[in-house]
Amino acid sequence: MTFRPGLRESATFDRNVIHEIQRAAATGIYDIRGWGAKRKVPHFDDLLFLGASMSRYPLEGYREKCETDVVLGDRNAKYPLHLDIPVTIAGMSFGALSGRAKEALGRGASEVGTSTTTGDGGMTPEERGQSKHLIYQYLPSRYGMNPDDLRKADAIEVVLGQGAKPGGGGMLLGQKITERVAGMRTLPVGIDQRSACRHPDWTGPDDLAIKILELREITGWEKPIYVKVGATRTYYDVKLAVKSGADVVVVDGMQGGTAATQDVFIEHVGIPTLAAIPQAVQALQEMGVHRTPGGVQLIVSGGIRSGADVAKAMALGADAVAIGTAALIALGDNDPKYQAEYEKLGSAAGFYDDFQDGKDPAGITTQDPELQARFDPVDGGRRLANYLRVLTMEAQTIARACGKSHLRNLEPQDLVAVTMEAAAMARVPLAGTDWIPGRSTF
Amino acid sequence: MTTEILAPTATYDLAVTSTRELNAALHATEAPASVQIVNPQGAHALACGLNQPIDVRIDGHVGYYAAGMNKHANVTIDGNAGVGVAENMMSGTVRVTGDASQSAGATAHGGLLVIEGNAAARCGISMKGVDIVVGGDIGHMSAFMGQAGRLVVLGDAGEALGDSLYEVRIYVRGSVASLGADCVKKEMRPEHIAELQDLLDRAGFDADPSEFTRYGSARQLYHFHVDNASAY
Repeated sequence: MTFRPGLRESATFDRNVIHEIQRAAATGIYDIRGWGAKRKVPHFDDLLFLGASMSRYPLEGYREKCETDVVLGDRNAKYPLHLDIPVTIAGMSFGALSGRAKEALGRGASEVGTSTTTGDGGMTPEERGQSKHLIYQYLPSRYGMNPDDLRKADAIEVVLGQGAKPGGGGMLLGQKITERVAGMRTLPVGIDQRSACRHPDWTGPDDLAIKILELREITGWEKPIYVKVGATRTYYDVKLAVKSGADVVVVDGMQGGTAATQDVFIEHVGIPTLAAIPQAVQALQEMGVHRTPGGVQLIVSGGIRSGADVAKAMALGADAVAIGTAALIALGDNDPKYQAEYEKLGSAAGFYDDFQDGKDPAGITTQDPELQARFDPVDGGRRLANYLRVLTMEAQTIARACGKSHLRNLEPQDLVAVTMEAAAMARVPLAGTDWIPGRSTF
Repeated sequence: MTTEILAPTATYDLAVTSTRELNAALHATEAPASVQIVNPQGAHALACGLNQPIDVRIDGHVGYYAAGMNKHANVTIDGNAGVGVAENMMSGTVRVTGDASQSAGATAHGGLLVIEGNAAARCGISMKGVDIVVGGDIGHMSAFMGQAGRLVVLGDAGEALGDSLYEVRIYVRGSVASLGADCVKKEMRPEHIAELQDLLDRAGFDADPSEFTRYGSARQLYHFHVDNASAY
């Protein structure tokens, strides 16, 4: 609609709010969608790097090395993961995604020497077969959980929650429950499948320590054990995860994606990734396990889009990051070539988030055989590998400019913030000042 | 209740053997074998991840997750079991001669779990194909979100039995404090009598199947609907 003087839109009741009230009144049910938080929150865009000049020396681009590898899980595991790049693929379920999409994630990740992760639906042969490093998620639902797949995994990720819905379980709607998906989950075809929000046989950190012991005993103490939490009370959750015996802690901010969650949950529960990282790092530092030999590594996810985001997360103290939404976009999600079909679904390329419906024109978040057939896992894997390479090169470019010979050498002192909110959350100074809100006086 | 005692081919004393050493030895034990474990002293994660059709007998009480993820093995715990005994079991048999703490048989996909005494809360939570037979009573929220398998209770059941049940069949001889959401009493047809008799026989209990009541899912919550909001 073009601007017309005299028509004033309410800031409180804007067009999206009015539409949601009308939709709720018409249907009597809350809005369920995919993707992560869409509201604007302080994020990595609000941070800037202080490139080297007189006081620090930069490294020569294209000549001097800037290493990118990362070792994960060397605290207790006989076989820690050694990844070539610190950008991993986050857990996404077979069921939410097609088998071909899972295969593509494995292909892309393996091509550049990083890991991918199963999800709430068990391990598929496609993904295991194509993944050099595969993390097996241990979720409350335990759908498809079995000791054979546990032993096939390269690491185990105990999932307490995710950034899109900390404290929430899941719901895979019936339209995506094909015979294969249902079989892997031991449930009837076509019904709405709920995923529990709490583990069925433990509660709290003391129990989790015993659960981790059991998982180690079953797998011969070979595999790193990750613990994943949605970002909320991150300082305490990370401390308790470490106390419970985690080798790696994964913190997922509220911008982290989901396949199907209530919009009100996605937008109103959890904290931004930017606010979570310093809390997690503080917890690890206080326990003496941050970036120490045999320490606990931190993986951060939720809104990682570019090499700048990777570099900023690592400068704040992450050892690696994980991507989900960005990986799906790299595979082909929201591709403009499907614009006409997105419009038929009441959406548009760049806006499509109805992953729960199983009607994805790009053939990624669907179990529909015809839609799936549109997606080529080899081509998708290549696109993902390209994207992961770009993220890595971008992060290296920034790290070299800051004089770092390894991405992990980036540090908070390389960063400033352009807003007071970001400065307070990230605990770095407001640009041009030495003021960190809440930490020092102006 | 008596259980057959086989002459052990190996004995491990947990007073001098660590949990790690024990489990590593069990994982390396080839069938046929009969292993005895003494002095468990409530240790956690004992005999978990077994993957061979071997017989294991634990003389005494065990902690959390005993016989967790069991596959093929026949494990007898001559005592009480802590939280999550036989959790996520795939096959084989686990027998507890005493009582079991909460979440017994949680998420188990197959095999037979026999608890000769009582089982606490959440017995059979999220069970996915296992058969569980309890000689005594079970606690509240048992078989919560149970997906597949059978749960037999010779005593009484606590509150909210079978809440949000999927396809598990539950047989209770005694009283049920209350049924959970979408769990209803069902008719005992001849095939259920036969199924229950088989389970009782396999578990070693002498009881009359006709004295039991069958419970299962009303299947009214299989699709999320706003009209059911008060049930969630």
